[in-house]
Amino acid sequence: MQKMPAWADAILVPLISLLLAALLSGLVIIGIGEDPIAAFKLMVDGALMRSAGWGYTLYYATNFMFTGLAVAVAFHARMFNIGGEGQAMLGGLGVALACLYVPWPHWSLAILGSCLAAMLFGAAWALIPAWLQAKRGSHIVITTIMFNFIAASLLNYLLVNVLRPQGAMDPATAKFPEPTHLPTFRDMFSTSETILFRGSPANVSFFFAVLACVLVWLLIWRTRLGYDIRAFGHSEPAAQYAGISPVRITVVALLISGALAGLMAVNTTQGEAERLILNSTEGAGFIGIAVALMGRSHPLGVFLAAILFGFLYQGGAELALWTNIPRELIVVIQALVILFTGALDNMVRMPLERLFLSLRREG
Amino acid sequence: MTFVHKFLSTAAALALSAGAALSEPALIFDLGGKFDKSFNEAAFNGAKRWADESGGTFREIELQSEAQREQALRRFAEAGANPIVMTGFAFGNVLGEVAPDYPDTKFAIIDMVVDAPNVRSVVFNEHEGSYLVGMMAAMASTSGTVGFIGGMDIPLIRKFACGYVQGVKAVNPDATVIQNMTGTTPAAWNDPVKGSELTKAQISQGADVVYAAAGGTGVGVLQTAADENILSIGVDSNQNYMHPGKVLTSMMKRVDNAVYEAMKMGENLETGFNVMGVANGGIDYAMDEHNAPLVSDEMKAAVDGAKDQIASGALAVHDYMSDNACPVE
Repeated sequence: MQKMPAWADAILVPLISLLLAALLSGLVIIGIGEDPIAAFKLMVDGALMRSAGWGYTLYYATNFMFTGLAVAVAFHARMFNIGGEGQAMLGGLGVALACLYVPWPHWSLAILGSCLAAMLFGAAWALIPAWLQAKRGSHIVITTIMFNFIAASLLNYLLVNVLRPQGAMDPATAKFPEPTHLPTFRDMFSTSETILFRGSPANVSFFFAVLACVLVWLLIWRTRLGYDIRAFGHSEPAAQYAGISPVRITVVALLISGALAGLMAVNTTQGEAERLILNSTEGAGFIGIAVALMGRSHPLGVFLAAILFGFLYQGGAELALWTNIPRELIVVIQALVILFTGALDNMVRMPLERLFLSLRREG
Repeated sequence: MTFVHKFLSTAAALALSAGAALSEPALIFDLGGKFDKSFNEAAFNGAKRWADESGGTFREIELQSEAQREQALRRFAEAGANPIVMTGFAFGNVLGEVAPDYPDTKFAIIDMVVDAPNVRSVVFNEHEGSYLVGMMAAMASTSGTVGFIGGMDIPLIRKFACGYVQGVKAVNPDATVIQNMTGTTPAAWNDPVKGSELTKAQISQGADVVYAAAGGTGVGVLQTAADENILSIGVDSNQNYMHPGKVLTSMMKRVDNAVYEAMKMGENLETGFNVMGVANGGIDYAMDEHNAPLVSDEMKAAVDGAKDQIASGALAVHDYMSDNACPVE
């Protein structure tokens, strides 16, 4: 029996959690002698009231959508892929190789090529932990997080010793050639009179992220493979009894997860920096966990949660620009949101469930 | 914290009326952060000195992510901040793209050259200062072996190393210079433990003076040198005070002066290529009460002689970055 109506589960619980996080953040801001209302207003103004602000919010959201979907797909098979960071780094390597060494005639072909490369590299990086989990029972949490470190070291080696142009100081590749430049929102939506999204990095890969949300929804709820993944996630013995191979589902689910995480690199590496830099992922792989938790592993939820986290990132940048709130505190505010929406979910859920049950009894 | 309140309310107003000109200068720190006891902190000190003297205020931001480089530049420029000063070569690419969009705003970048009509590029002749401290190291050394510990292995740090070796060899052609780099990534700028290990390794090979050109990593080098009772040489800021009597001198790169001057010129910032070297006081070696007993008159005379020669152009120290090679090892 459903304890709560679906709308309360999907909307009310996250909303109350958010409100609690906002309240606590406000107290922290008061604690250091700043005005929380002005700070909140500044975040909203900077992130949502200007087209360039939206450009940044959606840019960050694109990253979080990909990594959030990556975590969500693995969640459906009851696996905790915390290697999104490493898979995205390797995805970046794939994008860089595709952009640097293939003479693309046009961006539309280039993005297909780099998406493919990003998915291949990201999936390949998830393959070894997946195989170890499926065949040897090595726990996926341990192996994927270790693979994050291996990815960082590998990328470090390649950027410093192999891909760095002669005489350059930054450990980064050369700039990608002009035909691989992805249209930004500015290129797409500005007219000759008004310039919209000026200077902001949001680009065409945002639409790929939205498309990925739809495809993941189709995969999980409308295909046989998705059914297998969910069945395996709910009960491994039952799935096995139904003829679903645990090895196959573990590996396939993690390959899809790794490919989705790798896709994030198309946005950061080809869309924004247009060269591969050492720290292009910037923790988005880990934010993806929070996004998936908050979005309850549903693509629509992931989409909304990713936009929320994009807002927090961009709003945080605005706070850093215009106030004296130190950058560490902005991380605290972001962490509070993760804590309440992800980790302390039951704190809100259980009283609400009780409330709804008592309401039902009365009615 | 009324100052902060004022800041916040003006900021909120500003977000609404973006474009209203206020010509406060702005300072953007690199990812290393404001208080690194070295490069970024020197920039902050220069800005603070300007603010104290002129009674003005300046905006500042410590970056959190790479994407914010461009964002910070554009937002400050759109808000009318002028000039906008940034520290570090990593801004080079971004500034090259942003500067042409804001022709009325002046930019100053330190440690990098960006060719645009509204940009002031400040670079330092670190090889000259390293040459001077190299001479002092060779004179202070009794073992004939001195050490160099660099931060991240990039051409800029090799430029330090190359100048240093030239200075050492100018005094003692038979001297041995042990060179180590802390790492190949930006993490090498802030790894005092590794700096300490490298110092111990160099001491075991006979080094009795070590020069740290490694940002925050240098803190570990100076500490270990003091613990092991050998001499060290600081970098960027005057670090003599950190271990009085144990730090021979510091190669001072006056980032603070560069920032101070840029902010003082304000909107009339002189753009173009700006070299700070021994000749114009942008580079120097540090003398104060903490290292006075360590530096003999003879040492001082020799170094000041070389300094005059470099300033007059009679002595040319080879710049590693001019051809990516060093004539001496």
